[in-house]
Amino acid sequence: MSRAGTGDPKPLAGYLDGPARTGSRFTFWLGAATLAGFAGVAALGLLVVPADDVQGDAVRIIFVHVPSALGAYTAFGLTALGSVMWLWRRSEWWDITAHAGAEVAVLLCGLTLVTGMLWGRPTWGTYWEWGDVRLVTTLILFLVMVGYLSVRALGGPTGPVATRAAVVGLVGAVNIGIVNRSVNWWANRTLHQQSSLTEGKLEDMTLLTLVLAFVVAAMAIWWMVMHRFRIGWLERQLADRDIHQAVQARRAEAGR
Amino acid sequence: MWRDLRLLAGDVGLVAAKDLRIEWRARTTLGQVLPFALLVLVLFGFALNANRPTLELATPGLLWMTVLFATVVAVQRSVAVESTDGAGRMLLLSGMAPAAAFAGKALAVAVQLLAVAAVLLPGVVLLYGAGIESLPLAVVASLAATAGLAAAGSLLGAVVAGVRAHQTVLPILLLPVVAPVLIAATRAFEDALGTAAVNGWSWVGLLAGFTVVNVALGAVAYGPLMEEA
Repeated sequence: MSRAGTGDPKPLAGYLDGPARTGSRFTFWLGAATLAGFAGVAALGLLVVPADDVQGDAVRIIFVHVPSALGAYTAFGLTALGSVMWLWRRSEWWDITAHAGAEVAVLLCGLTLVTGMLWGRPTWGTYWEWGDVRLVTTLILFLVMVGYLSVRALGGPTGPVATRAAVVGLVGAVNIGIVNRSVNWWANRTLHQQSSLTEGKLEDMTLLTLVLAFVVAAMAIWWMVMHRFRIGWLERQLADRDIHQAVQARRAEAGR
Repeated sequence: MWRDLRLLAGDVGLVAAKDLRIEWRARTTLGQVLPFALLVLVLFGFALNANRPTLELATPGLLWMTVLFATVVAVQRSVAVESTDGAGRMLLLSGMAPAAAFAGKALAVAVQLLAVAAVLLPGVVLLYGAGIESLPLAVVASLAATAGLAAAGSLLGAVVAGVRAHQTVLPILLLPVVAPVLIAATRAFEDALGTAAVNGWSWVGLLAGFTVVNVALGAVAYGPLMEEA
């Protein structure tokens, strides 16, 4: 990791208190297992699971779409929780977690929207359906989270940035519920298929693959959040260290 | 308890009156926001090819889209008032509850938005040929919707206060969050203007709920935001 503008070619190791890596032995194996899991889901989903009677091959997209949708809302929940905890306890740990969750949420929201549209085209005959509550809500959530990241990107001292972002996270979390209700009443003609999982309509192999896809998605989110958290943590340490060193240098110059 | 509430209400009134007095002297709403809103109304007419049936159908949505744009302008102005010379800090140093300062600022924005809506309503009657079937519904829906917009706008305005790029960030933050207001106010006006058979009053309930939730969020979050930013 390098920081533009510091002008310090010194390697990070020995420069920071903790290890200057975002990975650990645990995340290495977690990442390896996740990759293997992805391969497993792809093999099962593309080769083993039979095509659906009604939806045909398009049904295979649920192995990406449904886990990423659940993952997006989980990561968003992490951001909301981190935002509340920052406002309540001023815990830097929760602030960095909230930021990590937001980036993962934007990624997964995007993936959910793209796969949803790709599935909608052959199944509903249209990429976008305004009557679908979940799709519209997810799009609004995506935009809210992009706004959250743009507040983060404004920069400035850590405390105020964290508070601003936390308020945006909180406002987003509370209002996304109202968005969902209002879109629901507005559309009242939802196209989204009811949960096949809870209705027990899925065939054994499809169900097994979907469960595996959930597990792999959870592992991938865990991996991403951990890495992103460590990057945030290292950035903070580096910024603190820069200030500390600058103060020391000035003191030395002044002969104190 | 009642004394505290009276004090709080007094502070809200003071802040709102202060902001409105500043607006009245600077004539920003009158000289910039209102003409801007009317201009948007005219441009929508061009965009929809001045097609009467289309315009009539789209009138409620176009009217509230215009109010939404005006909200962004009004909130930016309201934020600028507190950002200059550290005025926002001074407001908190006066010892009033941050919640009162927030509510006062939101109230001032709501009054301005209400003025915008009050000009736009005759505007759509004249320009788009809309007819008013239920004036009480239109008035109550406007009150609830502008209050909700002002609450969410003032809160998110405080988020970006003092930030260099606040003019570009505010719309990204505000517009997705107020989507329910656009939906509900449009539906309520479809009933009030008689363009669709819906029960507009039930949508006023949603507008009220949105307002209550966002006023509560603002009352809690305004203090930390103003102290730190």
